Amino acid sequence: MPDIAIQTAPTGTKATLSGPAGRKPRPLLSPRNIIIYGTLFVAAAYYLLPLYVMVVTSLKGMPEIRLGNIFSPPVEITFEPWVKAWSSACTGLNCDGLSRGFWNSVRITVPSVIVSIAIASVNGYALANWRFKGAELFFSILVVGAFIPYQVMIYPIVIVLREMGIYGTLTGLILVHSIFGMPILTLLFRNYFASLPEELFKAARIDGAGFWAIYFRIMAPMSLPIFVVAMILQVTGIWNDFLFGVVFTRPEYYPMTVQLNNIVNSVQGVKEYNVNMAATILTGAVPLIVYFVSGRLFVRGIAAGAVKG
Amino acid sequence: MAGHAKTGRPNQLFRNLNAKIASIPMILTAVVIFLGGTLWTVLYSFTNSKLLPRLKFVGLDQYERLWAAPRWVVSIENLAIYGFFSLIFSLVIGFLLAALMDQKIRFENTFRTIFLYPFALSFIVTGLVWQWILNPEFGVQSVVRSLGWTTFVFDPLYTPSIVIYGILIAALWQGTGLVMCLMLAGLRGIDEDIWKASRVDGIPMWKTYLLIIIPMMRPVFITTLVIIASGIVKVYDLVVAQTSGGPGIASEVPAKYVYDYMFQAQNLGQGFAASTMMLITVAIIIVPWAYLEFGGGRKRA
Repeated sequence: MPDIAIQTAPTGTKATLSGPAGRKPRPLLSPRNIIIYGTLFVAAAYYLLPLYVMVVTSLKGMPEIRLGNIFSPPVEITFEPWVKAWSSACTGLNCDGLSRGFWNSVRITVPSVIVSIAIASVNGYALANWRFKGAELFFSILVVGAFIPYQVMIYPIVIVLREMGIYGTLTGLILVHSIFGMPILTLLFRNYFASLPEELFKAARIDGAGFWAIYFRIMAPMSLPIFVVAMILQVTGIWNDFLFGVVFTRPEYYPMTVQLNNIVNSVQGVKEYNVNMAATILTGAVPLIVYFVSGRLFVRGIAAGAVKG
Repeated sequence: MAGHAKTGRPNQLFRNLNAKIASIPMILTAVVIFLGGTLWTVLYSFTNSKLLPRLKFVGLDQYERLWAAPRWVVSIENLAIYGFFSLIFSLVIGFLLAALMDQKIRFENTFRTIFLYPFALSFIVTGLVWQWILNPEFGVQSVVRSLGWTTFVFDPLYTPSIVIYGILIAALWQGTGLVMCLMLAGLRGIDEDIWKASRVDGIPMWKTYLLIIIPMMRPVFITTLVIIASGIVKVYDLVVAQTSGGPGIASEVPAKYVYDYMFQAQNLGQGFAASTMMLITVAIIIVPWAYLEFGGGRKRA
C-alpha cells in the first residue's frame, strides 16, 4: 500500500498546482491515474460485493444455490424467496414472515423518532438560549453517558420500566429509544441553536415572545435542515437497533432486526439461504433507502453526530 | 450566549422556570438513567444477586468468579484482538481511502456512496451477509475450490482459532466508510497553502502527508479513535448474527457475556460485574481523551 503514495508523488504535485478554473490537460491513462482509480475500483468492488451476493442469492432457487457458486448470477430468476421471507418464513414460534416485524419496526421507529427529536430539540434550545444554573452539569452527565456501554444501564431500566408497568411493551421500547437518542441529538440541537444569530433571539424577546413562542415561531422554523439531519440519524439508528428490541419487548413486538436474526439463525430444518438473503435485504431496505435518498444530508448527520463538544 | 441568565432581565425566575420545565426529561435521563443506573449496576455488582437483584454484599466475589471463568477470559482476549486490529485497520484503510478521494478525482460522490452504504446497515444485516459469504460450503472457499485449487481452506467462522478475524472482516466492511468520511472532512479542512508551501519546498507528497498533514489532523484522529474505540467495547449484534459466539465459546465478547448472564443464565451478579468491567474499559479510553480535549488541551491552543 505505501508505494502508491510514493509513486503518485511526482505527478501528484502537479495536480495541486492547477487552479480550480482550468485543469491542465493530462493524459487519462497516466500512471498516477491508473493507480488511484485502480485502487478505488478494487475497493469499491469489495464494498459492493456483499450487496451483489445478497441480491443474486435471493433471486435463485435452492437447487441452483446448492450447485452454483455464490457469485454466479441466477440462471432462472425467482421471486419466491422474497414472498416467503415477507409472509411465511418461520421465526421460532410463528410462521408469518418478516411482515409482522416490519410493522413492529414502523410502530417503534415513527413515535421514537418524533418523541426523541421533540425532547432533544427543546433541550438543545433551552441549553443554547435559556441557560440556567446547573444546566451544563446535567448536559455533561448526558454526553458522558453516551459513551457508557448500554449493558451497564440495561437492568436498572428494566426495573424502572417494570415499575411503570410498560416493560415488554412498545411504549417501553419507545421510551428507551428516546432516552438513548437524547445525548447526541441534544448536542446537535444545542450547537445548532447556539450558532444562530443572537440578535434574532433578542429581537423576539423585546417583542415580548416567551420561551415557547420563540421556539415554535422562530427557532424551529429556521432549523428545518438540522431537524432533517436528526431525523435521518434517528430513523437509521432506531431501525437498526437489535439489543434494545431483544431486551425490552416481548416476541410479538420484536422489531424486524430481531425477527431477521431469528429466521436466519434458527436451528430447525433446512437452511433456505435464498429466503435468508431476501429477508436480509428487506430488513436493510429502509435504512438503505434513507441513505440513498438523503445522500449528503446523511453524511452531514453522521458528521454532526460524531463531532463531540 | 453564556451571559443570558446573568444580565438580569425582568421576570427571570419565570423565564428560567420554563426552561427548567422543558429540561425535565433531560435532567431525569441524566440523573436517573445515566448516573443512577450506572451507580446502581456498580453497587449491585458487589452482591450475590441471582434471579432477582438483592442487597447481600459479598465483596469482590463476583469479580473473582468472573476472571476465573474461561468464557470471560476468552471474551476479553477476543475483544483485545478485535479492538487492536479494528483500530489499526480502520484508521489505515479509512485514511488511505480518504487520501485517494482527496486527489480531485471524478465520480467522488459515487465512490463515497459505495464506501459508506454499509454503515447505514444494521450489524445484524452485516453479520448475516458475511456469514453467508464466509460459509465454507458455498462461499469464498467453495468458489476458489471450484476454480481448481481443491485444497484451499478459508473458513474463519468455523475455526475457533481465527473466528474473531472473520468477525473483523465484517466489522471493517461496515465501519471503514465512516472513518473515511471523517478523515475526508479532516483533509478538506486543511489549508491549501500548506500544500503549496510543501510543493515549493519540493517535499514529496507522501512525506507531506506523513510529516505535516497527519500531525495537523490530530483532532480528527482523536475523535475518530474515540468513536471507534467506544464502538468496539459495545460490539454485540455482529457476533450474535455472525456466529452466536461459536464455535463453542471461541467468538464470545464481553457485551454478550453480560446479556447472557443477565437475561438467560439469570445470574445477575455476574452480569453486573461483567458490565462494570466494560464500564472501566470505556473509562480508560474516555478519561484521557476528555482530559486532553477539555482539561489539558487549553495550553496547546
